Amino acid sequence: MIAIIQYNAGNATSVKNALDRLGYPAVITADPELIRSADQVIFPGVGEASTAMKYLRDRNLDQLLRSLKQPVLGICLGLQLMCRHTEEGDTTCLGIFDVGVKHFPATGIVPHMGWNSLVEPHGSLMAGINTGDDFYFVHSYHAEKAEATVAEANYLLPFSAALHRDNFYAVQFHPEKSAETGKKLLLNFLKLT
Amino acid sequence: MLKKRIIPCLDIRDGQVVKGVNFKQLRFAGDPVELAKRYVDEGADELVFLDISATNEKRKTLTKLVQRIAREVDIPFTVGGGIAMLADARAVIESGADKVSVNSAAVNRPDLINEIAQEFGNQCVVLAVDTKHQQGLDIVFTHGGTRPSSLHTETWVLEAVSRGAGEILLTSMDADGTKAGFDLRISKKISQLLSVPVIASGGAGRMEDFQTLFTQTMASAALAASIFHFGEVPIPELKKFLIKNNIPTRWI
Repeated sequence: MIAIIQYNAGNATSVKNALDRLGYPAVITADPELIRSADQVIFPGVGEASTAMKYLRDRNLDQLLRSLKQPVLGICLGLQLMCRHTEEGDTTCLGIFDVGVKHFPATGIVPHMGWNSLVEPHGSLMAGINTGDDFYFVHSYHAEKAEATVAEANYLLPFSAALHRDNFYAVQFHPEKSAETGKKLLLNFLKLT
Repeated sequence: MLKKRIIPCLDIRDGQVVKGVNFKQLRFAGDPVELAKRYVDEGADELVFLDISATNEKRKTLTKLVQRIAREVDIPFTVGGGIAMLADARAVIESGADKVSVNSAAVNRPDLINEIAQEFGNQCVVLAVDTKHQQGLDIVFTHGGTRPSSLHTETWVLEAVSRGAGEILLTSMDADGTKAGFDLRISKKISQLLSVPVIASGGAGRMEDFQTLFTQTMASAALAASIFHFGEVPIPELKKFLIKNNIPTRWI
């Protein structure tokens, strides 16, 4: 069973629709038992970081997320919340990745919105995905480059498009809205155990 | 590198595509989902659905359609037309639309932009502006371009962005329907003025028009309807052409 975490910053339905199209039914849930017993967990997110973190803390979902042992995939805001800290609302995040999240320089058009290509994707999540493959991004804050980076992208500056440590994976882009390349990435994740 | 987006626009009435559509080897019955999927396969980067029936009674039809689109389409899409209240925006976003576009209602009551942005984030709010050049000024028109407002286009888009609009869909009424090319003057002016992405709309007739738009203005995206629907400019050929001319373009 695949659990999609339900909280106040959701594009959970879009993620569920994408998994349905791939033939992998998922449940959208905030039930700790269901989440803990899932084969894979997806932590989506569209929204504002400080209100999302507060919501997670108030329900102890922050501790639950950190303690998960099965493959976990953070998407967009999910990735940022899995980092150490974000400049958005000066928010302390989950700290799963020792990575800082910063606002894009004000010199450019923000949000970074649209299709952008990955640079040097590597590791199991990125199997069959190559430099130059495009994914759909929408975000105003970016995770800095770090040891956990498994793919970069360039917009105004190079940043982490994907992170990985142990059983935790995260992508800044929206695989559920990235047509064929997105499908490939989701299928890679769903094969992880 | 971030790609320039190519966005087909589908006009919807009572759950059906309004304008005729003529794809090679495809008998098309007017189902928006069928057409949308076709565009996705051809490499469209996003889709815009404009509901031109948009009365209260028809909103249920729209919500059902948006749910179907969300289930079947795996690229981002915007829904607009008759979004007058936060509840309208909520209905389409909760049905699965990635963004909503607002137009006349935001001119009448600009707080609508703040309300949607606060609940769903700026990236969900597309401000659609119909603009016309009159006596040396750029004037915002409402109600499908039939009524002039008292607003100047530059002032209005700046205000909308400060209220939380995450993107501007700029339609030049002077260029719309002419197929003589995008309105480079207003597209350039507005895209340089703003810190958010601008989608240029109106006037596309040939592949070269897209190249000119992307080389001479800072527009992030181009929207068109009939030239795609009638196959005058097939999206794969357009994209091949743009890549050949060094415009950053997504190729599938």
